[in-house]
Amino acid sequence: MNAITVKNLTKHYAGTLAVDDITFDVAQGAVVGLLGGNGAGKTTTISMLLGLLVPTAGTLMVLGHDMAKDRFAALARMNFSSPYIALPQKLSVIENLRVYGHLYNVPRLSRRIEELAEQFNLTGLLRRLAGELSAGQKTRVALAKSLINRPDLLLLDEPTASLDPDTGDFVRTALETYRRETGASILLASHNMAEVERLCDDVLMMKQGKIVDRGTPDNLIARYGRDDLEQVFLDIARAGAEAGV
Amino acid sequence: MSPAVRRVWGLVYRHLTLYRRSWPRIAEIAYWPTLQLLIWGFTAQFFSHAHGSPAAMAGGALIAGVLLWEITLRGQLGVTITFLEDIWSRNLGHVFVSPLRPAELVISLLTVSFFRTMVGLLPAVVIAYLLYAYNILALGPVLFFFFVNLMFMGWWVALLIVSLLFRYGAGAESLAWTIAFGITPFACVFYPLSALPVWLQPVALVLPPEHIFAGMRAALFTHQTAWSELAMAALLNVLWMGLAAAVFAGQFRAARVRGALISIGE
Repeated sequence: MNAITVKNLTKHYAGTLAVDDITFDVAQGAVVGLLGGNGAGKTTTISMLLGLLVPTAGTLMVLGHDMAKDRFAALARMNFSSPYIALPQKLSVIENLRVYGHLYNVPRLSRRIEELAEQFNLTGLLRRLAGELSAGQKTRVALAKSLINRPDLLLLDEPTASLDPDTGDFVRTALETYRRETGASILLASHNMAEVERLCDDVLMMKQGKIVDRGTPDNLIARYGRDDLEQVFLDIARAGAEAGV
Repeated sequence: MSPAVRRVWGLVYRHLTLYRRSWPRIAEIAYWPTLQLLIWGFTAQFFSHAHGSPAAMAGGALIAGVLLWEITLRGQLGVTITFLEDIWSRNLGHVFVSPLRPAELVISLLTVSFFRTMVGLLPAVVIAYLLYAYNILALGPVLFFFFVNLMFMGWWVALLIVSLLFRYGAGAESLAWTIAFGITPFACVFYPLSALPVWLQPVALVLPPEHIFAGMRAALFTHQTAWSELAMAALLNVLWMGLAAAVFAGQFRAARVRGALISIGE
């Protein structure tokens, strides 16, 4: 069974065709990158996978559940992290983790928080207010929150945006470790091509709401005759512009 | 604890923790009811000293009206401000992608609202007793029915406001502070229905507070419990709550179609 099965997914809203008839799968245990320029439809796709947005057409199956009929069963087994959605700044780190531990009905919550604090070097920060943390510390807390329920599927929207290289590497290593230990699937939207090359088994290239190409990072680089994924990204992004599209 | 109860507790815990750490928020909850009581309490005291026993009875009704109407106002603000706190902290995205059901979100908001209302009213009740020798508890067991009906009204008004927030985003947040106050002239809190122009009376009659405050005046002036008024208030509350729940559910669904859950804070 796939972690995600998307068929003919379409979303019209705010007067635009944000996602245009896309079809893709994410296999169980796979890490898949969702790439594309601003406005390509990545965030809209992730929002529909999270149940925040209702598709105009098409079907979404997440962890075996139809998101149109049974989204809460899927949401309990998945989680999400984005630097663009905050955690309550006036709550301490441990209070934030407790809130989400309760929302996800995490058993033995105190023990789970201890594990995450140890894994993400948060033990000394647990009593600090979330609003007092540095960007890197906030990212580690957000990641800990996203793993609080040991999700089978993790959706990440630019998880290392605005992070220094050291913290970015820490986050990527944590994601690799989590995936290796649990066999979880990860769908990752990112503009960091080196990150995608490092983490992803498969890449979906989006442009103007469509999936315009897909493949493993090595396969895409070879097919486009380039040295890295960033050059492939630029080729795809600029192809339409050069053709006057 | 069942998963549903635990999810509700998760959100209630989030807000109680916020208040525990923020004395300005707690002070704000109690500030307005206390201020209203002081203004109207001294006004009532002035008239009762100047005009004797009938004015004293009217003064008692004024103080009771202030205290009881604050239940609705605080109940409504308790829900809408709690919801706005999550908009202001840009946290709603995480809440909406958790397994928390919309009904559980509403129950969480109502629970926090109940605590906020109790905290907000307690100082005013104590001050009414100490400054004006007015004991609201002397209304007897019927006070419970007044309380439940007025709280219920605050909640359905709040659900309608939250629905407007889904529809218009945080730009509509000023409605949180204005709508319930706007109902006050038609609520017949401080005067009977007959004080309103005839053409306005139907508006008052379809709102629960007209019936509740008619019941309050009956309890104060004749020591009778106006069960028919209370029953009418309860019936109207159930009807209005049904309407508000339907509007809330409809606007929540519409927000998921429009993408408003993603941009609600803008």
